[in-house]
Amino acid sequence: MLGKLGWNAIPFDQPIPLTAGAVVMLILLGILVFVIVKGWLPYLWKEWITSVDHKHIGIMYVLLGLVMLVRGFIDAIMMRSQQALAFHAQGYLPPEHYDQVFSAHGTIMVLFAAMPLVIGIMNFVVPLQLGVRDVAFPTLNSVSFWLTATGALLVNLSLVVGEFARTGWLPYPPLSELRYSPGVGVDYYLWAVQISGVGTLLTGINFVTTILKIRAPGMTYLRMPMFCWTALASCLLILAAFPVLTATLAMLTLDRYLGFHFFTNEAGGNAMMFMNLIWAWGHPEVYILVLPAFGIYSEVISTFSGKPLFGYRSMVAATLFICIVSFCTWLHHFFTMGAGGDVNAVFGITTSIIAVGTGVKMYNWLFTMYGGRIRFDTPMLWSLAFMTTFITGGLTGVLLAVPPADFVLHNSLFLVAHFHHVIVGGVVFALLAAIAYWWPKAFGFRLHEGWGRAAFWFGFVGFYVTFMPLYVVGILGMTRRLQHYDVPEWRSWILISGLGVLILIGAVICQVAQLVVSIVRKNALRDVTGDPWDGRTLEWATPSPPPVFNFAVLPQVKEAEYYWEAKRRAREAARLGKEPDYAPVEMPRNSPTGFVCAFFATVIGFALIWHIWWLMIVGLVGAYATFVVFAWRDVPEYAIPAEEVARIDRANRAARGEALTGEALA
Amino acid sequence: MKSCGKGFKRTFRVTAPWTLSAAILASAAQADSILAPVGPVGAGDRIILVDALVIMLAIVVPTMAATLAFAWWYRASNTRAVYRPDFTYSGKLELLVWSIPTLVIFFLGGVIWIGSHRLDPFEPLPSKAKALEIEAISFDWKWLFIYPEQRIASVNRLMIPVGRPLHFRITSASVFNAFFVPRLGSLVYAMNGMVSQLNLEADQPGTYLGFSAMFSGDGFPDMKFDSVALPEAQFASWAAGVKGAPFDRAALGQLFKQSRAAVPYTYRGVDASLFDAVASRQLGPGEGPVSGGAP
Repeated sequence: MLGKLGWNAIPFDQPIPLTAGAVVMLILLGILVFVIVKGWLPYLWKEWITSVDHKHIGIMYVLLGLVMLVRGFIDAIMMRSQQALAFHAQGYLPPEHYDQVFSAHGTIMVLFAAMPLVIGIMNFVVPLQLGVRDVAFPTLNSVSFWLTATGALLVNLSLVVGEFARTGWLPYPPLSELRYSPGVGVDYYLWAVQISGVGTLLTGINFVTTILKIRAPGMTYLRMPMFCWTALASCLLILAAFPVLTATLAMLTLDRYLGFHFFTNEAGGNAMMFMNLIWAWGHPEVYILVLPAFGIYSEVISTFSGKPLFGYRSMVAATLFICIVSFCTWLHHFFTMGAGGDVNAVFGITTSIIAVGTGVKMYNWLFTMYGGRIRFDTPMLWSLAFMTTFITGGLTGVLLAVPPADFVLHNSLFLVAHFHHVIVGGVVFALLAAIAYWWPKAFGFRLHEGWGRAAFWFGFVGFYVTFMPLYVVGILGMTRRLQHYDVPEWRSWILISGLGVLILIGAVICQVAQLVVSIVRKNALRDVTGDPWDGRTLEWATPSPPPVFNFAVLPQVKEAEYYWEAKRRAREAARLGKEPDYAPVEMPRNSPTGFVCAFFATVIGFALIWHIWWLMIVGLVGAYATFVVFAWRDVPEYAIPAEEVARIDRANRAARGEALTGEALA
Repeated sequence: MKSCGKGFKRTFRVTAPWTLSAAILASAAQADSILAPVGPVGAGDRIILVDALVIMLAIVVPTMAATLAFAWWYRASNTRAVYRPDFTYSGKLELLVWSIPTLVIFFLGGVIWIGSHRLDPFEPLPSKAKALEIEAISFDWKWLFIYPEQRIASVNRLMIPVGRPLHFRITSASVFNAFFVPRLGSLVYAMNGMVSQLNLEADQPGTYLGFSAMFSGDGFPDMKFDSVALPEAQFASWAAGVKGAPFDRAALGQLFKQSRAAVPYTYRGVDASLFDAVASRQLGPGEGPVSGGAP
């Protein structure tokens, strides 16, 4: 009846996951009770859970990403403290548990923290920057988000029901095959990643369509803000790479469920093919993350330098260059497999060629600052930290791309230091900059600057103290994923790295404090104009938070940086342009399709993991029925009357007019 | 590099403390540092590593310095800095911006091409002496080293002669592993159904840490071994005096069972066909966990 599921699935003998699970459930229960008692449930259901508004979906993505970032960080704390203790000792985490912790850490950080954060920012920003009302497929967008949430839920469920994979964040066979991993851990990994991967692929389709097909009138490709270009490149990579991931994991799934032999030791299976395929996805994946991060830096550096981006066309070219070349480098993940001098040399060179694209970008940001008037608000601090950090992270990356250097650094903590260096220093810094930068747009008030700076300094210093020692200990020969060790020379560096994690805890506390303080003092931090940073792109032309229809009248884009130019003209004339003619706006209706689909996807995933076949069929039927009900809907849109549109826009015009007069008087 | 001079050194000290610590470590010749090699392969890897690092630092350090300098000089409060909001394109700068990284990568590409051919792990080392054949098999979770010419074998301890090339043939009896002795140099994967090759040489006697550099399951941290380099004569007498049970299919069958932290021991009377039997999947693979453990 319940497949493999029984009481022994709950780890009663392991206090750590059990306590953690209990605490999380208590918190969730507490939040739920609070929400019900306050009577917020209908509001949450109508405005958020069933919302197809790209802004609300974006915010939910970011929230999910932040929660998972904290979860992944707790795993990191456990790993660093285990290695600090496990010198000539077993530490407090036995291998069965430690191996799950580092596997979960990698999976969660890449797929359930970084990806939702990047996609969330794209969701919120891209349609606003393009000057349009929504993405191409609003309901599909909601489905994407909820499927990602399903994946995150399954990964976290494995904490208390069963176990997570003990194979590393990429489940290399033969270790991940049934023979060596008979438990449900790998199955949790497979279904969580597959289900969220479908969501990510749908996002890719949605945004490529949006950017290619629906832009504001006059918004030609070469007038698009840089962030839209990087989002396009990232989504093109999603379209090309995620099907590879889906197929690869499907093959491993067939091995484990139906006795196939794609990657097994027996019957002609070949595990090397898994490594080839998984990295054909895995390497583009890091560019899926880092390209939008580059876009964020481009926006922030340009805005806070008070200048247009230097060498815009070069930046576009470099972005597309990276997008294409990133597909030609995957083999550098296994130079040590013995492919021979020719193959290794070619892939070593293609990998280092990517540095040309990033180098160009680095110089263009540099010359954007040249001749600027730089304001050092939190987003700019993160961007400067990125520029000085990413360049050395890129350097160690190119070092690892040199095969003979990789022969002694492969799988060492030097490698671990490198990818944290570029992903934290490149992607996480960008996301924190993005949250500080677009928060006022999303909520209508700024974040508290003092707490933001404190979080920045703790984060910046903590990052260096945590990861630089790992470079050193990697050079000293230490390999990754060691549950215990007994080489005395490694110990002190591991302890310093642990100290760095303590500093990073400070950063997390400051970041949370920033959110709390800002929300409490939101009236003092209020921004009524919708343009708090003296922005240059179209999202700053709308009120904050933007109305559901984004723009009262779609902007007629006549030049690059159209909003900036319009603002300049308004400043010269000391008054706003004339009021547009308002017309009714049609918007898509909210729909519970995404949430219901994800509910059934969770049921399907859970049933497959535990081999509860009848439940899987129930889930499939439910998901299909949801699709049918959605497809037969009668009224897909509703109209917002012109008066309502006019009322909202006039209020914002009044605030902007006042700000303009104030400026003129000053 | 020349033009960088003093400024280079100063910036280096301020901005790249980690490279500095790496440099300190290199001179200190610490225990298992890859920067303190004891053989030609490790030394070759180190030269390539340092060359690539220096080539890139020549461009990275000035760029970092310029970033900080521009950010500081063009701060909004600096009234002496000229505001040039129209400076958004310059053909000359664009040319420079694309060519600097391209030239660096061109140069580095040469290093990569030469390095990955000269230091290909499969290539025999140039030496007059005949290479010693060693066959390594990774099990869950221990290493077996077979010396087919001497017909002896050793578990979790690698004995090698100094000054003579070593030719390893490496396979796995279960999951992926990687054979790595950091101070000897390059590592390669051990894979079931495949034979990897590795050519190494030790030129100083001593005991060096070796281990698996590829996660292979719960017993992975214990997949370490001492790699003992002895002068040729001592190695010969060790090989002649090895004691232990004969190594046949039955003995091999025991190794397929999962076990952790095996104390080193030896076999003699080795059936020299067993390595190929494992590599060609006639024997094995390893059993995996006996009781399912957690569900």
